[in-house]
Amino acid sequence: MTAAVIVFPGLNRERDMIAALTRISGRQPSVVWHAESELPAADLYVIPGGFSYGDYLRAGAIAARSPVIAALRRRAAEGRLVLGVCNGFQILTEAGMLPGVLMRNAGLRFVCRQVRLVVENAGTAFTRHYEKGQVLRCPVAHHDGNYFADAETLRRIEGNGQVVFRYALGTNPNGSLNDIAGIVNEAGNVMGMMPHPENLIEPAHGGTDGRALFESALEAA
Amino acid sequence: MIRARVTVTLKNGVLDPQGKAIEGALSALGFGDVAAVRQGKVFDIEMEGSDRARAAAELKAMCEKLLANTVIEDYAVEIG
Repeated sequence: MTAAVIVFPGLNRERDMIAALTRISGRQPSVVWHAESELPAADLYVIPGGFSYGDYLRAGAIAARSPVIAALRRRAAEGRLVLGVCNGFQILTEAGMLPGVLMRNAGLRFVCRQVRLVVENAGTAFTRHYEKGQVLRCPVAHHDGNYFADAETLRRIEGNGQVVFRYALGTNPNGSLNDIAGIVNEAGNVMGMMPHPENLIEPAHGGTDGRALFESALEAA
Repeated sequence: MIRARVTVTLKNGVLDPQGKAIEGALSALGFGDVAAVRQGKVFDIEMEGSDRARAAAELKAMCEKLLANTVIEDYAVEIG
C-alpha cells in the first residue's frame, strides 16, 4: 500500500501525518506540492491540517481551487481513498468532494483539547478496525469546525450512513449540527474529519485510539 | 475600466456566531435599538474593458466558483 500527502502553503500538520503513515505502513508516503497538476499513483491520498493560505476568504477555499485538487478529484473518481483531516476536511468540502461546510466555531474560540468520538459507521474503508458505537479519545485543534449542511443534505447523509464520527454527548467543541465530527462521501472512499487521529497512534502520544483508522485504510487499500 | 462591488452574506437560517457577538458588543456599548446583526463580506473588483454584460457574466462566475460558498452564502453584484 502506498500513500501520498498533499501539502499546501500554510499547512502545519503534514509532518505528524507523514510520521503516522510511515510508522503504520512501514513506507514513507510521497509528498506532493499543491501546484502539481498530476498525482503519483497511490492507494491513499491525505490532506493534513493547518491553515492553507492563512484561511483567507474561507477556511480551505483557496486550496480547494488549486491544480492538485483537480487531480485529486480524478483519483477519487477512480475509487482511490482520500482522507482530509482538519484543514483537509475544510478543503474537501470547499472542493465539493464532501457535502456541507465547516463554519466558525459556535463559541468563536479556537479549541484545542481532547474530545470523545463515537464511531457511527464502522463499515467504511477508514473505520473497519473499529466497532460501531466504540468511543475514542481524539484531539481537536481548530477555529472553523462547526459542521453545517442544509436540512435536506443532513437528512440524506444521515440516512445513507455517511456520518462516520460524532462528538460524544456533551463534548461537541464547535456547535456542529448533529454533533458531526467526520463524514464520508456517498461512494465511501472520501472521508473528512476535524479531529486528529494522526496524533494518537503510539503510547508516547498518551494513547493509540487513532491507529485503527490508518490500519483500516491501509488494509482496504 | 469597470468597477464592481460584490457583497456576500450568509443565507437566512444559517447561524452567524460572529454577527451575534457583534450584536452583543453593540448592545454593550449602549446601542439599545440594535435588533440583529449579520456579518458579511465586500469585494471591490476592478476589471479591464468596458463590456458590462461580459463583466456581469464573469462576476457571477467568480461568485459561484470562489467568492461565495453557495451552501451557506448568497451574493449580490453591483456594477458601478
